[in-house]
Amino acid sequence: MDALMLARWQFGITTIYHFFFVPLTLGLSLLVAIFQTAYVRTDSDTYKRMTQFWGKLFLINFAMGVVTGIVQEFQFGMNWSEYSRFVGDIFGAPLAIEALLAFFLESTFVGVWIFGWGRLNKRLHLASIWLVVVGSNISALWILIANSFMQQPVGYTLRNGRAEMTDFGALLTNPNLWVQWPHVFTAGVATASFFVIGISAWHLLRKKGDLDLFRKSASIAMATAIIASMLVALVGHTQAQHMVQTQPMKMASAEALWNSESPASFSIFTIGDENANKDVFAIRLPTLLSILSYNNTSGEVKGINDLQTEYEKTYGPGDYIPPVWVVYWSFRAMVGAGGLMIVLSLYGLYLVISRKLSTRSWYLKLMLVAMALPYIANSSGWIMTEIGRQPWIVFGLMTTEKGVSTAVGAESVLISVVIFTLLYGALAVVDVYLLAKYARDDASAKPENSEEADLVGAY
Amino acid sequence: MDLNTFWFILIVILFIGFFFLEGFDYGVGILLPFVGRNEKERSVVISSIGPFWDANEVWLLTAGGAIFAAFPNWYATMFSAFYLALVVMLVALILRGVAFEFRNREENETWRKFWDWAIFGGSLVPALLWGVAIANVLAGIKIDAKKQYIGTFFDLLTPYTLLGGLAFVALFALHGGIFLTLKTEGEILERAYKFTWYAYVPAVILVAGFVIAGYFATDIFKGLGINPGVPAVGAAAALLASGYFVKIRRSGWGFIMTGLTIVLATLAMFQGLYPRVLISNIDPKNSLTVYNASSSEYTLGVMSWVAISFVPIMLLYQAWNYWVFRKRVSIKSHGHL
Repeated sequence: MDALMLARWQFGITTIYHFFFVPLTLGLSLLVAIFQTAYVRTDSDTYKRMTQFWGKLFLINFAMGVVTGIVQEFQFGMNWSEYSRFVGDIFGAPLAIEALLAFFLESTFVGVWIFGWGRLNKRLHLASIWLVVVGSNISALWILIANSFMQQPVGYTLRNGRAEMTDFGALLTNPNLWVQWPHVFTAGVATASFFVIGISAWHLLRKKGDLDLFRKSASIAMATAIIASMLVALVGHTQAQHMVQTQPMKMASAEALWNSESPASFSIFTIGDENANKDVFAIRLPTLLSILSYNNTSGEVKGINDLQTEYEKTYGPGDYIPPVWVVYWSFRAMVGAGGLMIVLSLYGLYLVISRKLSTRSWYLKLMLVAMALPYIANSSGWIMTEIGRQPWIVFGLMTTEKGVSTAVGAESVLISVVIFTLLYGALAVVDVYLLAKYARDDASAKPENSEEADLVGAY
Repeated sequence: MDLNTFWFILIVILFIGFFFLEGFDYGVGILLPFVGRNEKERSVVISSIGPFWDANEVWLLTAGGAIFAAFPNWYATMFSAFYLALVVMLVALILRGVAFEFRNREENETWRKFWDWAIFGGSLVPALLWGVAIANVLAGIKIDAKKQYIGTFFDLLTPYTLLGGLAFVALFALHGGIFLTLKTEGEILERAYKFTWYAYVPAVILVAGFVIAGYFATDIFKGLGINPGVPAVGAAAALLASGYFVKIRRSGWGFIMTGLTIVLATLAMFQGLYPRVLISNIDPKNSLTVYNASSSEYTLGVMSWVAISFVPIMLLYQAWNYWVFRKRVSIKSHGHL
């Protein structure tokens, strides 16, 4: 493999891995903050135990998100130096602002929160976890400002052989950002909700230990799960409509729509021949894609072959078609997982309201497995977003192959791919082991020493 | 002063903050196996930097982000040139970061030992590599006319740059040792004093050696003539004074002195570098400067407003953090914190 291919694999591996931890951080910090707010307001011991139990899991996950994030920031310069030269004027700013506004906030106050139990007054301590919530989500916002520029470049001009910023405001109001960030935020809340429900389900099935804690956790998380999984789908729909306008090739690939159709059909199942750019076998629902794309039955959705011709005219000869099967199936994995999450949380809400949750053991077992759904949706969502944009690294401006570092040889990248893969693999084992350990930990078994009961952080 | 220079100064400030703050927590990590004789003691040593290390590391991330935003060519050339060194540094930082969180999550001697070694190695390796990196920046690397690094990984490892690495390790160990004497009690405090003193002599020798070698290996002292400039002289004086304050057990002053050493030495190095940001040792014309590596006027302007508005806020809450956790930690008091 050449340096380009290796660098792409490395970026894919490290980014997807990083994003295993990020959504849970975004959402679980919020849930812990909600639990702690309830504790401070009611002084109920259950809420306090909830805060501490989920807080521990939050911290184990948070650490992984932090350390894998450093790689992300360095990687642009290390592996994608030509990309960094070309867009640094506009792309570096959000990354720097993210560090200044968000990283400092979350890393300072997560320390205050860990070590502040029993030292700070309750309200100040509560404020520190809320600042962690704010910090993590602002961090996501700035990262997505940067990513949105890659999907839909705005506020720039081509000058001095590079993209230079001309309008900072345009970056902040990038239409892509305001469909993408809500999608990521709600996905994070959904991830955390399913995480809390799944672990609570395990305890409720065992019928041992601090059932009060897990019943309450599951009930609250069920409410956030239903809200978040509905919203994530709703925003996702808007996002897809936006994509039809700005990156039609991605949408056409996600639907394996080879030729333009008006009205366009929606694919249920397709086996395609990517060399001939046509279907081998397909089941399609007529008109549905037009309805989804434009909210009416008559719009034309452009097909892959027509877009290829169009792009050749605009950008010159070349292959502008992403790997269709990856985009097609990752889209289905995301939407499928998301759909299941809506159904499961709706039924769960019914069980909570009718007070049958603890007794419906098949559902509890199912929810234990369903913890995987948000992870499938999150990863496949990013795979679709990033691979669907190929061959572009910045849509319409720069191709991925032009962005790779010229000073870094294939051997060097191979070494780093191997090292990161091994390290990340080993850390995944350790992290999952710890999460499982503390998730199983019977929360009612309090330490004899009452002082230690307060100590969540524990270095 | 133009915006390019303003951003150079801001980045110097970020590096000063990073070396000053993360310098002592790297130092504490380096001294961990020596000062902490058993598991409980090591736990106390780690707790002394517990609430701080994460935010300290963000100074590095912010410096990296600021270089990317203000001087994209500097970022692109330097990060791709130091590729393998950065891979090693990232591995160290990853292991160190999770070690703080993971070490106490399992009641098992081997487990804790493993993570304690990760903290030691994760502090030693970045300290060393930062010294090597800065020395390379000062001595210059093989940059061609297209702003590309054309050397190899091993070109970055010369006697001079390795000396720089060792000087950083020793200086950070000294700085961290003094920090420990401010934050601990009893036996641990005594041992912290002992090892601080052990770090002091190598620190003076290595730093002096690094400076002297710098006269031959770099051009950053040129133009300063016989008078090496206030920052350089101040740094040397502060380093010498820190030993005196350790000896008479006035660690507060000692810490101020090693802090001053780091601040002034960083200033002196970047002062010698300016207006260059990355020196080419093939042809001076290939060097990256604050002008040919920078972002546009507009971007620098926007970023200036952001920095001016938010840096003071960040400084305030970080200072507050140090104030909240100002007490000494001990086996009795630290519990599990």
